[in-house]
Amino acid sequence: MTLLSVKDLRVSFPTRQGRFEAVRGVSFDLGRERLGIVGESGSGKSMTGRAILRLIRKPAEVTASHINFDGRNLLDCSEREMRRIRGSQISMVMQDPKFSLNPVMTVGQQIVESYRMHNRASLKEARAKALEMLNAVSIREPERVMDTYPHEVSGGMGQRIMIAMMLVANPRLLIADEPTSALDVSVQRQVLSIMDGLVQQRGMGLIFISHDLNLVSEFCDRVLIMYAGRVVETCAADQLHNARHPYTQGLLNSLPRLDQPRRHLDVLTRDVAWAEEVL
Amino acid sequence: MDAITIKDLDIWFGAGPTRVLAVKGADITVAAGESYGLVGESGSGKSTILRALTGLVPTWSGEMTLGGQQMVPAKRRDRSFYKRVQMVFQDPYASLHPRQSVDQVLSETLYLHGMDNINTRVEKLLSDVGLGPKFRFRYPHQLSGGQRQRVAIARALAGEPDILLLDEPTSALDVSVQAEILNLLTDLRAERGLTYLMVSHDLAVIAHMCDRLAVMRAGETVEVLSAEDLRASRANHPYTQALMANSAGTTGTPQPLESETSQTLMPAANSV
Repeated sequence: MTLLSVKDLRVSFPTRQGRFEAVRGVSFDLGRERLGIVGESGSGKSMTGRAILRLIRKPAEVTASHINFDGRNLLDCSEREMRRIRGSQISMVMQDPKFSLNPVMTVGQQIVESYRMHNRASLKEARAKALEMLNAVSIREPERVMDTYPHEVSGGMGQRIMIAMMLVANPRLLIADEPTSALDVSVQRQVLSIMDGLVQQRGMGLIFISHDLNLVSEFCDRVLIMYAGRVVETCAADQLHNARHPYTQGLLNSLPRLDQPRRHLDVLTRDVAWAEEVL
Repeated sequence: MDAITIKDLDIWFGAGPTRVLAVKGADITVAAGESYGLVGESGSGKSTILRALTGLVPTWSGEMTLGGQQMVPAKRRDRSFYKRVQMVFQDPYASLHPRQSVDQVLSETLYLHGMDNINTRVEKLLSDVGLGPKFRFRYPHQLSGGQRQRVAIARALAGEPDILLLDEPTSALDVSVQAEILNLLTDLRAERGLTYLMVSHDLAVIAHMCDRLAVMRAGETVEVLSAEDLRASRANHPYTQALMANSAGTTGTPQPLESETSQTLMPAANSV
């Protein structure tokens, strides 16, 4: 079953040199699966995620044939309808918990607010729900953590709190924009396995945006590889290492590897044709 | 001769009941021309050691010798020290002055190091780090992350140092740009005979760049091993093995590391 269907998505910004197209005709369908979007910075992967939630402001322009979520075209929704969809139907986990949590509200207040925004619930119920969610993301002593401020928790905990807040309203689609790139390797795995567990249990769809190819190939079912605003290759995640496109191969080869020592790493040589070719 | 010798180094933040011992009894010896790595999670004290070496953290005790010169805690380092020891910081978006052009950054640094022929030296530095002369009058916001990090490396090289301290120089960059910067650092070391002390949480990066490395955890060095040992999975300490299992580029089941309680409620000074 298709949860989200995006067709010919384009995002452009006006600049002094004319319009700059950050996303140029991206199309994909998403079921209840884990879809990875990889690419370098500037490839348009975050813009794609934001465009789905209609979080891109003027003067940027977003066009598409359709962005169908659950049979509804999100492009036709009013701002008021969008506010109801964001958070309760589609949620987004941002890159850095330091900048996405409110520094002057306690963690508990923020989760409670997020829950009550989308559900009619008493403060007491909401608080119980928040505690349950913090438990679900493996935070020890959730009662204590509820009353802390974001600066008092570590990066890994902050990111788990973000995930708790995003999942408390039980959305059907989660967009995670580099949820672990601000974290240590050890904490990364922990956050990912928590997210994975929740996605599986609740049967959510997941769009996982990242520049870490190894992570995506292990964690997702299917991967889109983006370059200069276009999807250059789509493949099953476990087949990523057999990717055919020279850009994907270049990205894979530029990683230092423990099992293959080299004096020099391969540097990606970019071909102008990649940006123009049509799939 | 050893370029860096650290013996029994303790580094702390705060005083009295809020005092936190960030590094406990570190022993590190880096030979001249060697490339040495420090790995560990955030909060393990790896960056703190670099900051103490450059004199950014005055609260330390123990023995510290850089290039044959004995350091004294809380004593201001003189200019000749900074001519020999330089640091490249993690985030090139934060380490460059937003309102100074590349030319200003480099010529001021050269002037402070007491260099002559500043004009030609700026051009030389830019070409050494792989940036053309057209980048000379750009401002940081006109540069990409990789280009900024190249400027930061050029600035560190301005005084023609012997020792470079690298604090996660590529963790803010994409994989493709990371490869370019790591290659640049490899070439610069070969050309100039530099000594590197490099901090990273990425074992693959450290194994690629360094001859030897120390694994740190909660302020203590748990193991010192060579890059070959690391590649051949000859790590003795379970913590190193767990780190290897967790890092990308190796196969193995991820294992949970230490409890998160030691990472919570960290004082701000510690979370560098």
